[in-house]
Amino acid sequence: MGTFRLYAAVAAGGFRRYATYRSATAAGVFTNTVFGFIVAYTYMALWDERPGLGGYDQAQALTYVWIGQALAQALSMFNAGFAVDMVARIRNGDIAVDLYRPVDLQLWWLAGDLGRAVFQLFSRGVVPLTVGALAFPLALPGDPVVWLEFLVAVVLAVVVSFAIRYVLALSAFWLLDGSGVLQFGGLVGMFFTGLLLPLNAMPGALGDIARVLPWAALLQMPADILLGARSGAAEVLAAYAFQVGWAVVLLAAGRLLQSSATRKVVLQGG
Amino acid sequence: MGSVRVYGLIAAMWIRSTLVYRTSFAAAVLTNFLVTALDFVVIWMMFSQATSIGGYSFAETAFLYGTASVSFGITALLLGSVDDLGLRVRDGSLDAFLVRPAPVLVQVAADRFGLRRLGRFLQGTLVLGWSLTRLDIDWTPAKLLLLPVMLLSGAAIFGAVYVAGAAFQFWAQDAAEAQSAFTFGGLTLLQYPPTVFARDFVIGVTFVVPLAFVNWLPALYVLGRPYPIGLPWWLAFTPPLVAAGSCALAGLAWRAGVRSYRSTGS
Repeated sequence: MGTFRLYAAVAAGGFRRYATYRSATAAGVFTNTVFGFIVAYTYMALWDERPGLGGYDQAQALTYVWIGQALAQALSMFNAGFAVDMVARIRNGDIAVDLYRPVDLQLWWLAGDLGRAVFQLFSRGVVPLTVGALAFPLALPGDPVVWLEFLVAVVLAVVVSFAIRYVLALSAFWLLDGSGVLQFGGLVGMFFTGLLLPLNAMPGALGDIARVLPWAALLQMPADILLGARSGAAEVLAAYAFQVGWAVVLLAAGRLLQSSATRKVVLQGG
Repeated sequence: MGSVRVYGLIAAMWIRSTLVYRTSFAAAVLTNFLVTALDFVVIWMMFSQATSIGGYSFAETAFLYGTASVSFGITALLLGSVDDLGLRVRDGSLDAFLVRPAPVLVQVAADRFGLRRLGRFLQGTLVLGWSLTRLDIDWTPAKLLLLPVMLLSGAAIFGAVYVAGAAFQFWAQDAAEAQSAFTFGGLTLLQYPPTVFARDFVIGVTFVVPLAFVNWLPALYVLGRPYPIGLPWWLAFTPPLVAAGSCALAGLAWRAGVRSYRSTGS
């Protein structure tokens, strides 16, 4: 119980840290909304030419755009999020202090990132999706159960997103400067989450590969659930299993890397 | 003239410091190139699923993409650092610029000059070059002249947007992201044919924020296509005037911003 309260406090701290910057949040909402409009029009033009592309009708494709803008920040789709702070702490040695704390390093960062994600889901997610729903004919479900299934998938997506960036951040132990890796990770991530084009609509082998990579757990799975492209217990559970699978693999990889990194730190005398 | 010299001196200093780590610099340019190429990959994927979008072919869209990216590439290279103005206002580092005997805007723009941003310019140039080999344009002297004029005026219009956005940050210090809606949002918009967007949207970026003059109006003249909201063809030749007007307005906004500036005092 004590440890749960500790991580809850860390998560609350992550929430509050981002809640402090109100005009930055407002600016972000504005920008996500503008991009939503631009992308929505390009998708309408594409789906006019290819109705049913990727198994989506036009309303579903438009909904996908606005779900993407609503989740982009919560899932850190085009930035490194917490990993920037973590790399900075590895670089200046503060990470040694973190390692001495009687808490689990990975859970500590995960709790903080979940707090941030909850804030950004509601602050930067709700407004763009609402504006999108008012301006375009979206295919949003009326069934609250589907929304609940969607939210579960979003939480799992945050965990996978965290796990990917935790591994990337740990590279700083070996490279000293992790900014290049984070930048590259952001580049690959933005493409393979499907923020720019749904993974379903990507052509050929590229699409086949994109759909099994961990980034497919971020936007594609929650979006497919909300759009009804995956419905019924079996398909929803299959989506969750895909997300949980990648979360477990990547979190375990993070643990392994972390323990080998910390051995290195001790060897170097901190 | 003094401003250009000051800009050159500061930029040269940053370039020298960047080139000390050559491998790191090469990696940064390559990353910039790849990051900016990503949006073209998306356009390529869209055209792999459809032969035309908004009634435009892939080569025509690539021409729009290339012209917008080259203009934006020039602006991002020269003025990309003004994005950080809010940060300087917040941490008080702007004060150092105010006491130096050189224009503040020049110093802010040249500080941390990022030569890596050549990546976008190069990538845009490649796409533009490729589109020109694929397009069957009925070249006239006017069209040939219009191409460089469009690229430079477009850069100036994007520059006005950058400076106006920076001026806004004097008031809304942590709202730098709102600027992206106009800079990167504007760029993304202009990379697609105007027929893709709703009429009101096109009117807005023609008459309110004059982004359409960056490339849409002149490029559609070069391609021999009508502008979707029925404007006279000679507007294709007005980008230099629009650029001058935008820059004048942005300059006024910048001055008002500097005058309202109060140091953090910390």
